[in-house]
Amino acid sequence: MSVSLVLLIVMVVLYACGIYLMLERSMTRVLLGFLLVGNATNLLIIIMASKPGVAPIYEDGVTFDDMTDPLPQALILTAIVITFAVSAFLLALIYRSWRLEREDDVEDDADDVAMRSGESSIPDEHVEEGPVDTEFGNRAEAAIAEELDPATETVTPDNTDLPVTHPKGAKK
Amino acid sequence: MNQLVPLVVLMPLIGAALALILGKRPALQRIVTVIVLAAVLVVGVLMLIAVDGGEPLVVEVGGWAAPYGIVLIVDRLAALMVVVSAAVLLAVLVFSIGQGLADGHDETPVSIYYPTYLILATGVFNAFIAGDLFNLYVGFEILLVSSYVLITLGGTQARIRAGVTYIVVSLVSSMFFLASIAMIYGAVGTVNIAQISQRMADIPADVQIILHVMLLVGFGIKAAVFPLSFWLPDSYPTAPAPVTAVFAGLLTKVGVYSIIRTETVIFPGPELNTFLMIVALLTMVVGVLGAVAQADIKRLLSFTLVSHIGFMILGVSLGSAIGTAAAIYYIVHHIVVQTTLFLATGLIERQGGSTSINKLGGLLAASPVIAILFFLPALNLGGIPPFSGFIGKLALFEASAEQGSPLAYVLIGAGALVSLLTLYALVRVWNLAFWRGAEEVDGYESELLTNLSEAPHGVSVKKSRTTPRLMVGATAAMVALGIALTVFAGPLYGIAARAGENLEGPSFYVDIVFPDGVPAIGESGK
Repeated sequence: MSVSLVLLIVMVVLYACGIYLMLERSMTRVLLGFLLVGNATNLLIIIMASKPGVAPIYEDGVTFDDMTDPLPQALILTAIVITFAVSAFLLALIYRSWRLEREDDVEDDADDVAMRSGESSIPDEHVEEGPVDTEFGNRAEAAIAEELDPATETVTPDNTDLPVTHPKGAKK
Repeated sequence: MNQLVPLVVLMPLIGAALALILGKRPALQRIVTVIVLAAVLVVGVLMLIAVDGGEPLVVEVGGWAAPYGIVLIVDRLAALMVVVSAAVLLAVLVFSIGQGLADGHDETPVSIYYPTYLILATGVFNAFIAGDLFNLYVGFEILLVSSYVLITLGGTQARIRAGVTYIVVSLVSSMFFLASIAMIYGAVGTVNIAQISQRMADIPADVQIILHVMLLVGFGIKAAVFPLSFWLPDSYPTAPAPVTAVFAGLLTKVGVYSIIRTETVIFPGPELNTFLMIVALLTMVVGVLGAVAQADIKRLLSFTLVSHIGFMILGVSLGSAIGTAAAIYYIVHHIVVQTTLFLATGLIERQGGSTSINKLGGLLAASPVIAILFFLPALNLGGIPPFSGFIGKLALFEASAEQGSPLAYVLIGAGALVSLLTLYALVRVWNLAFWRGAEEVDGYESELLTNLSEAPHGVSVKKSRTTPRLMVGATAAMVALGIALTVFAGPLYGIAARAGENLEGPSFYVDIVFPDGVPAIGESGK
């Protein structure tokens, strides 16, 4: 089994960058990291197919030594589709998270923080989560629009540094 | 009987498509979903009867012969898992229908809930009957992606936060799994589990260990085995009650199921058994210590879930037929009981308005039915005789004693301690939420008194919380199923024992895939 050194190096670099990005707190970076790691894994599969530079096509007169293994390519195709679907979902999640909190950081668990700080009684606001801000609740869209609408906006400290890139939040 | 096997995957998948089309007709959608899962349950029972009669079902999809095509394999273990999962999925579905009907679907947007639920079922069943590693990966991805949707259902802030942790961790585990499939393919040139098992013997021991550990890390994250279990208590509790129930019952068990397959078929050797025993010990102890410290019932149950995964890993790590049999019985018991407890917690949340034991009180007086529905599975999980938890733990301890190493005895001691601590954690819930009077709760306000003081001459307002009958009924059915595991422990344990024997060494599994011996071709170029 011969391995293409170029593929190997590219794979290693992709893995290294991807893992580094996945360890970040920003969700967008995690997504980019996931894409890199996913592609690195696909490269790993294709490296396992052996014999770089040969087509996986069998024709009359072609010996097994002149073709590469087609199965890993089928596996990669499946893996790519899965990666694609998951990335789309992650993007939606990031956008949702940004709309709700205007940040895309991965947060600590409130209960864990409470436990660490030694509070015996755990604040359980998260349990009393109403349907107020659900995407599908009746009041959801109204609540968010109200919060983001510059006209009705009361200036609170966390609103002052609203990113100007947001279409609704940008003051004209 | 072979024709039945693909139905287990196809029916939920087609049902999901139908349910999606019927998005605007919630009533029809519910009917489709219930019928599909009931049909899968029937098919599962038929398969279990057929398989236990001695004839494992093997389907070569599309007629492509075994090592080249995809094989679906139903042996005793797979059939048993399909039956239990279908029963649990059905009960939770009925529960969520009851909750959805009562809540007006703000929390569970109906048009996507049922299709996603069915796709989750597809993934779970596909993973159970997969005969090759890549199909197992696809099964995992199907169930994971639908679980991403279910755990972030409604998109509230808390659920997005919990969902992000869950999704990123799951992605990492999937990447581990996919990379290990690639490496196994590189080593043995096949993804068919039976053929991998045959060829793995020729691979150098050090390479085997690497592949083995990679695979176990991928599955270990999914199964929530100790150092890799940190994500579970963080992400499960925020999801809606039925979703948490089905995740807790099934998803981790798919990971454990894969670990069983790994340990018995792909890498049957004893190299990592001691390592797994230590992991089992840590999972049991660390998990339950977390549970003891919690005040929120859902989080507490999530920690006991982690802790009891340790029991199953213990059974697998013994590397004997009776150990595997005990693990299988314990998985069946735990799927049912853990789901029941989460459903009961859903009822508590409805009745008491909270899941924090600091805020609950007087539930025994308020609703004795919920009290019973919580109390019985709680005792069962704690391992009080004569419940199935006791039988499962006893079987595990016997299998450990049979193995006889000092570490096995340490694990027996730890297991007993963990059972006791589980019982302690659950009894604490019982004492505070059910047994103490509502007036003993900090910040308790009697609605009657408030009402009287605010409007002394007004008409008395009676505010009562109602719990839909469907929810109580589904939970009661699960409690009854848990008790049935005790009543029918004999036949059930018989199946588990035979499944365990089949899994002693890979030969049974390989023989059912290749009844005429492994084909000789396909060695080219490797």
